[in-house]
Amino acid sequence: MAYEWIFNALGMSEACSRDSGPLMSLTALRKEEPSLWDLPFPSLDTLNAACAAVPRTRDFTAALQDGFLYIRPALRSVLDPLTQPLSWMLDGALTLFVEMPWWILVPLLILASKLLSHSYKVASIVAVSFLFLLFVDYYEYAIQTLSIIFVCTVLCVAFGVPLGIAMSRSDRFQNAMIPVLDMLQTLPTFVYLIPLIFLFNITEPKLYGLAIILYAIVPVVRLTNLGIRLVDRDVMEAVTAFGLTDRQKLFRVQIPLALPNIMAGVNQTIMMSLAMVVIASLVSAPGLGTLVLDGINNLRLGVGFLAGFGIVLIAIMLDRVSKAALARIDKSNKT
Amino acid sequence: MALGDIKISVQNLFKIYGPNPGSVQDQLFDGIDKNAFMQETGHVLALNNINVDMREGQITVVMGLSGSGKSTLIRHLNRLIEPTSGQVFLDGEDVLAMDEAALRDLRRRSMSMVFQKFALLPHRTVLANTILAPEARGENGQAAEDEARKWLARVGLEGMEDSYPSQLSGGMQQRVGLARALTSNADVMLMDEAFSALDPLIRTSMQDLLLELQRDLHKTIIFITHDLDEALKLADHLVVLKDGYIVQQGDPQDILLRPAARYIEEFIQDINRARVLKVKSIMTPATSKRGCIDVIQGHETLETIINTHQGRVDGVFAVSDPDDPAKIIGKVKMEDIYRALVRPQMQHD
Ligand SMILES: Nc1ncnc2c1ncn2[C@@H]1O[C@H](COP(=O)(O)OP(=O)(O)OP(=O)(O)O)[C@@H](O)[C@H]1O
Ligand SMILES: [Mg+2]
Repeated sequence: MAYEWIFNALGMSEACSRDSGPLMSLTALRKEEPSLWDLPFPSLDTLNAACAAVPRTRDFTAALQDGFLYIRPALRSVLDPLTQPLSWMLDGALTLFVEMPWWILVPLLILASKLLSHSYKVASIVAVSFLFLLFVDYYEYAIQTLSIIFVCTVLCVAFGVPLGIAMSRSDRFQNAMIPVLDMLQTLPTFVYLIPLIFLFNITEPKLYGLAIILYAIVPVVRLTNLGIRLVDRDVMEAVTAFGLTDRQKLFRVQIPLALPNIMAGVNQTIMMSLAMVVIASLVSAPGLGTLVLDGINNLRLGVGFLAGFGIVLIAIMLDRVSKAALARIDKSNKT
Repeated sequence: MALGDIKISVQNLFKIYGPNPGSVQDQLFDGIDKNAFMQETGHVLALNNINVDMREGQITVVMGLSGSGKSTLIRHLNRLIEPTSGQVFLDGEDVLAMDEAALRDLRRRSMSMVFQKFALLPHRTVLANTILAPEARGENGQAAEDEARKWLARVGLEGMEDSYPSQLSGGMQQRVGLARALTSNADVMLMDEAFSALDPLIRTSMQDLLLELQRDLHKTIIFITHDLDEALKLADHLVVLKDGYIVQQGDPQDILLRPAARYIEEFIQDINRARVLKVKSIMTPATSKRGCIDVIQGHETLETIINTHQGRVDGVFAVSDPDDPAKIIGKVKMEDIYRALVRPQMQHD
């Protein structure tokens, strides 16, 4: 065995031979000295073969799990009540929008898109999309998806904008937050779900709500911070020279001037919520994602395709409406 | 307070920029120069022992080349920049001892500011920009709006109230900047290279506008410029700054006639002395006009006299008080006038 000599040299063979693990590596069974070509990397499993006292990788992962399970009750007792309102909001929005008759909700949504975008073209895209979804009976799924996105986006803005403002005011806080935001943005979306599944009940809406918010909040935080930092220094100096308080500066100068950037962040946040709400169907998020999942699990190609197309329609609607609103703000800021 | 009293007093002011100004402060000594200080400590000595009194109702012009510390100095007056050491008094009150609330009040009520790059709020209309100072004070009513409209009209922007800054030319934007400062109704107006970004013609008209306003308003104006002609046109009191220290300060006419350093002599080489020097500055005191061929007003420039008495090379003129034409305050010979036009020899090295 390749690395036994290390433990012998350290005089630890005693400690090692305490109990030999139930599994032996192949080379150990054949009692051959491995050639240099076959020399394995001294990984946990290899070292375990040489010395049974070294934990194997699966002992290590099991320990991680045990550790997590150990702190779980404490974490839960804090996080559960804190996040409970999220479940209520998601449930409430889902019930409200799904229960509302289509002939009220769809015109309302078309009207809202017209008011936000000031564009008949965008409003008609929304109208046609909904007529299609109604026609193929995916309307209810689409509304579920939209409800979840709505709640999550509102919360992302409610928490993300103040966070971004705080970052813009303190370089130290910014430097502390950037790695966190980088991590949230680069973690593969599936990885979010793992700790959350352990932490919460899989049937609770807040499970997918949190996954979506954690993933989608990043752009609105980043762009709020950036937008405020980009406000002209001369303008900030001028309003200081005229005696505005920090609060007056924030609400009358910094936020209005950062608004185009903040809105660009909101647009990205919406699109990322949509991406995540589809994946979150794995953890019982209702909506079009469940149809995609059904298509994958049961090899129902047609269902998967049609649901995918529905998601594309929703993406187009959300993008067009939010971009048109952004363009409007941009324009009024420049003239 | 009466006109001419000391409104703002700057005393022993030092400003050091760098990583640790406090630690190198004790390496300052009388007469140290900016470059030497940089080499020894790695810190920028932006202001080096500044002492200036700025008088009520006067325009104090601070002139210097780029990097001489003008912006740094003017920003100490309303404490946009904190000094390394020294004192600033407004109406005898220590500005540096003020807490945050008192300082904010000073900025809202006692000092307004006009900026080189205008620094208007791009998302607000001209009117909403102008109303900034009353707004900061919490006065949002009709009275504040009327005040803003009044000053906008006064600087020639009537009818532009609902435009946005980006729709205006540079000159008009700075008129908004001026109206914004005037609307605050502060006694003191700080102007940091307020006209430097404008075309020469517009610049001249802005200078004229400022002088015209000043005749009525008698504000205490601190005006920063790197342009000698502008400084001479506007200044009641001229402060010449170089590398953070004051080379010479005083009546601009006096500085022209009696430059105290080589630096000033070089600076005034190329100006048009006939257009800048006033009769009053070169006359000898006298009380009667006996033997004089004509009476001229004290604030006339030499150019005007030469123009109106074309060809004359001799004769004595009586000089009258600019504020009271009947009162004789001195007399001047034509040959003195011509002599004053000649650039003085460099006295300093
Ligand atoms: N924040 C700062 N940090 C370090 N050095 C500074 C800072 N601000 C100004 N300085 C330095 O202080 C000196 C004076 O600068 P200041 O801006 O007051 O000059 P100025 O006379 O206004 O020049 P300009 O005509 O270019 O506006 C310069 O040498 C400049 O480099
Ligand atoms: Mg400057």
